[in-house]
Amino acid sequence: MEYFAEKYDIAVIGAGHAGIEAGLAAARLGCKTAVFTINLDWVGNLPCNPSIGGTSKGHLVREIDALGGEMARAADATLIQMRMLNLGKGPAVHSPRAQIDRREYSKYMKHCLEAQENLDLRQAEIVALERGKDGDWLLKTKLEAVFSAGAVILATGTFLSGRVYVGDVSYESGPDGMFPAAQLSQSLRRLGIPLRRFKTGTPPRINRRSVDFSPLEAQQGDEHIVPFSFDDKPLPQNLAVCHITYTNAETKRIINENLDRSPLYAHKIEGVGPRYCPSIEDKIVRFADKERHQLFLEPCGLDTEEIYVQGLSSSMPEDVQLKIIHSITGLEHCKVMRTAYAIEYDCVDPLALSPSLEFQEISGLFGAGQFNGSSGYEEAAAQGLVAGINAALKLKGEDAFVLDRASSYIGTLIDDLVTKGCSDPYRMMTSRSEYRLILRQDNADFRLMDKGYALGLISEEKYNRFLEKKALVEQENRRVQKTVLAPCEQLNAVLEQNNTAPLATGAPLSELLRRPQLSYEVLAPFDKNRPDLPAEVFEQVEIGIKYEGYITRQQAAIDEMRRLEAKLIPEDTDFNLISGLRLEAREKLSRVRPRSVGQASRISGVTPADISVLLIYLARK
Amino acid sequence: MSTVAAIATPCAASGIGIIRISGEDALLIADRVFSPFSSGTKLCDMKGYSAAYGRVFSEGKPLDEAVALVFRAPKSYTGEDVVELSCHGSPFVLSQVLRAVLSAGAQPAPAGEFTKRAYLNGKLDLARAEAVMNIIGSQGEDARCAALNALDGALGKKTQAVRSVIVSAAANMSAWVDYPDEEIPELDRSTLAEAFSSCENELRTLLSGFDAGQAVLSGVDTVIAGRPNAGKSTLMNLLAGRELSIVTPFAGTTRDIVEQSVRVGNILLRLADTAGLRSTEDEVEKIGVGRAFERVGRAGLVLAVFDSAEPLNADDMRLAQLCAGKKAVAVINKTDLPPRADFEYIKAHFKYVAEISAFEDSGIDTLENAIEAVLGTENFDTSGALLTTERQRMCCEKAADCLNEAVDALSSGMTLDAVNVSCDGAIAALLELTGESVSETVVNEVFAQFCVGK
Repeated sequence: MEYFAEKYDIAVIGAGHAGIEAGLAAARLGCKTAVFTINLDWVGNLPCNPSIGGTSKGHLVREIDALGGEMARAADATLIQMRMLNLGKGPAVHSPRAQIDRREYSKYMKHCLEAQENLDLRQAEIVALERGKDGDWLLKTKLEAVFSAGAVILATGTFLSGRVYVGDVSYESGPDGMFPAAQLSQSLRRLGIPLRRFKTGTPPRINRRSVDFSPLEAQQGDEHIVPFSFDDKPLPQNLAVCHITYTNAETKRIINENLDRSPLYAHKIEGVGPRYCPSIEDKIVRFADKERHQLFLEPCGLDTEEIYVQGLSSSMPEDVQLKIIHSITGLEHCKVMRTAYAIEYDCVDPLALSPSLEFQEISGLFGAGQFNGSSGYEEAAAQGLVAGINAALKLKGEDAFVLDRASSYIGTLIDDLVTKGCSDPYRMMTSRSEYRLILRQDNADFRLMDKGYALGLISEEKYNRFLEKKALVEQENRRVQKTVLAPCEQLNAVLEQNNTAPLATGAPLSELLRRPQLSYEVLAPFDKNRPDLPAEVFEQVEIGIKYEGYITRQQAAIDEMRRLEAKLIPEDTDFNLISGLRLEAREKLSRVRPRSVGQASRISGVTPADISVLLIYLARK
Repeated sequence: MSTVAAIATPCAASGIGIIRISGEDALLIADRVFSPFSSGTKLCDMKGYSAAYGRVFSEGKPLDEAVALVFRAPKSYTGEDVVELSCHGSPFVLSQVLRAVLSAGAQPAPAGEFTKRAYLNGKLDLARAEAVMNIIGSQGEDARCAALNALDGALGKKTQAVRSVIVSAAANMSAWVDYPDEEIPELDRSTLAEAFSSCENELRTLLSGFDAGQAVLSGVDTVIAGRPNAGKSTLMNLLAGRELSIVTPFAGTTRDIVEQSVRVGNILLRLADTAGLRSTEDEVEKIGVGRAFERVGRAGLVLAVFDSAEPLNADDMRLAQLCAGKKAVAVINKTDLPPRADFEYIKAHFKYVAEISAFEDSGIDTLENAIEAVLGTENFDTSGALLTTERQRMCCEKAADCLNEAVDALSSGMTLDAVNVSCDGAIAALLELTGESVSETVVNEVFAQFCVGK
């Protein structure tokens, strides 16, 4: 029998990476919060790769930390290998990536939620969501409890009407064999939410004991580990090794021969898969001339023999999968523990959301993570954090917290989703940002920590440490401008060794640091009074000087962007009444409801001419 | 947007003059002033691309017989409903008809309004809109060809081609960065640098054609300078007299020093008012030739006239020195008389020298060739892509500078993320050039320059 269970300020549906950050942020901002999950044993599950970070995703994780989220801390606490990707390709694209002990991560996150004040973690499947008479949301569980909440955050991941595909076999399921949320979609449709089907997939897991590592190249972690979090914690250690292998001509032949048995190519899956994270059959078909594809063998944890085969995501039938795996060097005799599968799920067209991640037309309802059409743990966590913050601010009657594109990858991600929408699962990439040289992973604290502190999500201790670092950077900046190195034989020899012009007269240290060929390290012997500062302080100073011209250029572009961003469009604007707008522009503008001219200019299908019309309309008003 | 009307043809007596009415109420307003001879017909009921023959009335009195052409949105020049009344081309009649149309409810179209609406309705891109403006303003055959060419999007095609090279390089760099696991080969820095260099060269070529294009499209402010009695006015009369199709009076323009325009080859020269100078010759004698020299500094072309029959004096030498670095032709006049001037001195200071005798009407062809050579218009290709406005020139220059910077960064060993910033800058500048991305200021600036009617 249905019964009323409890009243909350905020209810979060789902305890994946989005749900966790949403719940924690809401609770930390003082709201009485419930987080519902179908399976309490897999809070913060990593159902795909056992890793966090990577190109641009590492940026997201550090930004989450600077705003007071949990992902970076959890990853640092449970990582078993850490690497900085793209070293040598420039500071804008350096990206930290960690191998994670999957069970430890989940344990950490579950305990974190359990221990959080103002937060209740509940195992329950929400089967219906509707608006109560008093305007509060009513959430009904499968076991007929009714909870109420002032705001609800949908973070349903791949559970929402989830369906798994392996070859000809398909069945309703959540990820990793968990129950799907089969009933909730119906009440979301009743609320008028535009649902659609996306799909994603995961590769097989194999037993380490059955792998022949002898012909494989090992990949070690970095000697100098840079953790994700700006917290002051002991440095994590590298405890595991990954290995690299490749697909080959035989793999290609097997896949091509069996394409008709792939549900993707037999058109059994209607969901749209991620272009940027294709299955192996997709890669073989689309890049037919490529001889081989690189695969990484990643351990799933320290106390398991399970290995994740990155790059071999597939929805081929099980027997074909076995042939594919056994065709690969080192895996000829390997034992598969879990079969690769594709999973299809319901998600929303994010154009229905505003930049606060609240539904435009449905007050008090928010979306985050894969539900919003994104893909990836880090993308999900970033949205969860913002949705949680905004749900709390909404209940407090405060203005929404919106990060613009120039502030962060988080802002870029959300702006892309709610402004441009997505036709396939959205993955973050460095090329999505026009301000890459400013939005670096190393300065996430400089960009965002003030904001996190103002929100109340950053502790005094952490914030003070940041202020200290900031002061040291400024101090060192002044010092390198003032310190003049006199030309001498040894210095000029070093300069010439590094293929850069020798000095004829004295030069400020900053001028030498500006040269791409030189670094702090190289100049150390000549910089006699160099203070003993943390490496990240030197890093900030050096990047600031070396890339000054480019940073200034991007800053100018940011100022220009923010000028258009400051031209607000009144909320009650009826775009259908603006004559001169083309039909397509009217439709798109009415759907996205941009807050500013800047946002309007980024909507696909809205031309500069439409923007001119809009500007004229606004000027006349 | 309101319905606007204006006279769309030049305000001069001609066979036909057109009043254009554009906007939501264009047909309604036209019906109030125009009544077709076939009774019962209303413009409001007519399809697009159809015509009616009838009479234009003002307060019940007939003004003129006219043909009304009906265009239906979006298939019209502006993309709106349009009626064009083709009347007889008397300026007086046209102004009466326009007045009737305005009192029937239309607003007078401000400068450039029709083209602005065409742009805003997506009928023209910005470069094409600017080309329209140039056709209207163009005064020679080459100018019209060049302007038409820009309308076809020759410039758009050119910049698009350059842009796609940069975009593809940028995409390559992004893939290399975003997919470190995918064995994407590192981009070879010298290959990248070569690609960017060749793009930069293309843009620099466009830029170098800008001045020549300007000369062809809108003419050149030309000063005839020289000491009194060197033969300035004779030269001017000669240039003017030779070309019967002179001379557009620029009455009411702001170029107060321009008296008349003459065509040399295919270029329009706007000649400075030497007559004005002449009338104050006594004063010029007194204060030196300071004022004339000031004009030399501002001119797009200087014709420096020297008297071959007199030894060079201080003023001559000063003029020669002033012309250094400017587009200038030395005109050595009076070659019919025994030479006493120092020809070598003149030739040392001027790359282009024409020896003429205004009196004998000889050497003018040499002068024409010299003028075309100094302006770079002798091989002017009217079919090529051409930058036609200062705005376009600036965008193009910015893109070229960004590419230059990218090449520098590549050779100095900067990391590719920095090179990418320069790439982005170049792409943005090229998008702005063609108006595919555009800021408010740019739109306003361009349309403030349009003349009424088109």
